[in-house]
Amino acid sequence: MATVNPPALRIDNLVVQRGTAQVVNGVSFSVPHGGSLGIVGESGCGKSTILRAVAGIDQQWTGQIEIGGRPIGVQRTLADRRAMQMVFQDPLAALNPSHTIDEILREPLIVHGMAEQEARIVQALQTVALPLTARFRFPGQLSGGQRQRVCIARALLVEPQVLLLDEPTSALDVSVQAEVLNLLSRLRRERQQAFVLVSHDLHVVAHMCDRIAFMVGGRFTDVLTRDQLRGATLHHPEAQRLLDAALTH
Amino acid sequence: MNNVQRESAAPLLDIENLRISFPTAQGRTEAVRGVSLRMGRERVAVVGESGSGKSITFRSLLGLLPATATVSADRMCLEGQDLFSLGARGMRAIRGRRIGMVVQDPKQGLDPLMTIGSQLVEMLRLHRKAPAAGAYSRALDLLAEVHIRDPKRVMGLYPHEVSGGMAQRAMLAMILSAEPDLLIADEATSALDAVVRHRILDLIEEQVRLRGMGLVLISHDLDLVARYADRILVMYAGRVMEELRGGEMSAARHPYTRGLLACRPSLDHPGQDLPVLQREASWLQ
Amino acid sequence: MSSLSHSLQWLSSDTPATRTQAKLGAIYRLLRRFLTHPIGVLGLIMVALIVLAALFATWLPLADPVAQSLDQRLLPPSALHWLGTDTLGRDILSRVIHGARPTLAIVALVLLISVPIGLLVGAAAGLWGGWVDAVLMRVADVFLAFPRLILAIAVAAALSAGLWTAVIAIAATGWPPYARVARAEIAALRRSEFIQAAKAIGVSPLRLLVRHALPLSLPSAFVRAALDAPGIVLIVAGLGFLGVGLPPPQPEWGAMVAEGRALVFEAWWVSTLPGVMILWLSLGFNFVGDAMRDVVDPGVK
Repeated sequence: MATVNPPALRIDNLVVQRGTAQVVNGVSFSVPHGGSLGIVGESGCGKSTILRAVAGIDQQWTGQIEIGGRPIGVQRTLADRRAMQMVFQDPLAALNPSHTIDEILREPLIVHGMAEQEARIVQALQTVALPLTARFRFPGQLSGGQRQRVCIARALLVEPQVLLLDEPTSALDVSVQAEVLNLLSRLRRERQQAFVLVSHDLHVVAHMCDRIAFMVGGRFTDVLTRDQLRGATLHHPEAQRLLDAALTH
Repeated sequence: MNNVQRESAAPLLDIENLRISFPTAQGRTEAVRGVSLRMGRERVAVVGESGSGKSITFRSLLGLLPATATVSADRMCLEGQDLFSLGARGMRAIRGRRIGMVVQDPKQGLDPLMTIGSQLVEMLRLHRKAPAAGAYSRALDLLAEVHIRDPKRVMGLYPHEVSGGMAQRAMLAMILSAEPDLLIADEATSALDAVVRHRILDLIEEQVRLRGMGLVLISHDLDLVARYADRILVMYAGRVMEELRGGEMSAARHPYTRGLLACRPSLDHPGQDLPVLQREASWLQ
Repeated sequence: MSSLSHSLQWLSSDTPATRTQAKLGAIYRLLRRFLTHPIGVLGLIMVALIVLAALFATWLPLADPVAQSLDQRLLPPSALHWLGTDTLGRDILSRVIHGARPTLAIVALVLLISVPIGLLVGAAAGLWGGWVDAVLMRVADVFLAFPRLILAIAVAAALSAGLWTAVIAIAATGWPPYARVARAEIAALRRSEFIQAAKAIGVSPLRLLVRHALPLSLPSAFVRAALDAPGIVLIVAGLGFLGVGLPPPQPEWGAMVAEGRALVFEAWWVSTLPGVMILWLSLGFNFVGDAMRDVVDPGVK
């Protein structure tokens, strides 16, 4: 069935196994271009696993994943990889310590055969407000916030349709978190970037996303818009606890 | 509300002008630059971002800094006893018995090769808080005191077999078994979920209150500690920027504290750009 | 010298402007850390002395190492012959210095062969796991099962004794340890996020191996190579001692020790001095390797 404007990301009945356990128990959602979905839940509820399955890191999944209307399978082609990119929680662990920032940013360009690498790298650094002097440093020489900016720059270089963010600011100080969140907001506004943000912090999720899904035990229990959060009554007591804990301070 | 020092007795903790520096590739770095704190058996929160020196300040009390660190202070006393001049043996006597520390990762404080029960019994015996025969039942009592529902079962579990929250409770039980006067909780709940976090802090507060201990809560989370502290010290770059009374965070005056409070995302003003903390060079003086 | 200080400043710059500058700067920093270890520096000097002497042996004012002089046999160390002469009247100092050349050559060749092979095999095994891992590690086990010296002797006896025979024999049993450690290191990294991030970008398995895994296994490989060298020196000397090393009259330390075996009490210098050289070189490599290990992996102080 041809759709005029397919969503950037559409998930239908995603079930993800890890070993014998079913970590994600049938999750469905879609994110339009320029839209954002936040997934909030306690650790172990399966929210990160959804992202990892979409990103192709976890491969034991069934269901349907479509990016820009195109179905994606367990085996990924290069074009598939380009369609979505992921930003991880710990920026230090997500960067190869023996590569300079220049090499790190050059790699996706080389892998996808993109031209004008020099210009793109400089542009990427400017987009995430990193000084050009950082270009030939090693990750160990940068601060936590700077590293996360590199990760975001790397993800954006291939111009993905969907950006997957797994607890992108959990490892950062509160003041640095504010800067990174502002950066993400600005990128979303300027590039109409669709993204899915996963966090255990409801404040962060509500700040960044139009729609928020509460996840308990591998399922979405509630999906609300930002405005509906205050005074909402949620279906699952655990989700309710999360909401109340966040609202009370 | 617990109040400050008694007039006749020395304060529980008396630190004056503590300075700690480390050698680095770029020369000496001063991690703590003149921190002073006087507290009785009350709850003090120390908040700051990474690099503020908050953890190092209190690890120095227990002699837990690397050998390359240089520590100096005009005064560093625990209930009148000078901590500075203590040798290794003196430090070991203080650690646990007078000052206990709960850390972020309970798996670090717990021996992965021993069951929780045997570690607890070992602690009790080590600090001579229970006779050999009664140590087991005392351990059970302790686990019950930290609100572990099935103490007998947990006694036989290994640290990796329990959840983060449960491990933290067990850790707390071990620390409390030595009956210290001062409890330092260094980011004790940072690795836990939001809901569990509050439960653990409630537990810590309850135990501290029941036992008449002093509490130092170290955290990067201002909102969290605001509820659990009588006094709040805000640290930045090795200095105390401001001291606030518990529950009066909004009365903060120092631009750093105000900046820190303002830059958090909140459900009240979603979507708008967050004010970014402007660091002044003058704060580093 | 201002150009030297300028270069040093360039190397230690906090804001490198090119990749070369960044990489050289990283090596420079490692070097500086190394130079703070007195034992390591001592080892480096010890090894450097021998290497330099061996390199410039033909230009140094030494006697001909193979020139026999039967009326000058077994002379003790003197002003004329600093280390004395051997059973055929040849100058021992000259032979000792020339004898360093094959030893060093074999050490270098063995390492140049066994380290890359070991790393590639190990990194591939660690990165892909599964049956690739199983097959490669079993092959490594087979080679590891051979006792090094015995195999070297057997190969030298089977093929004609010579430099390349020794190199092949020693390298054949030398690569498995590098493979095993590389495999362990890379397998641990396989789960790490930057490898997963690289896969998510679409990096091919080959590129993962060469650009990600191998560079990370290099530092510890260097350390182990430095600590492997003494063993190789001893094996080469052992082969020479047993007469299956290089054919005479090429000077070689092990063979020299063997020649003076019967004369240890009357002419101690014939066996002892080459033996001291073997010790000197091995010890030097050991010191360097120990210091390198501290530099590369400081561990807990």
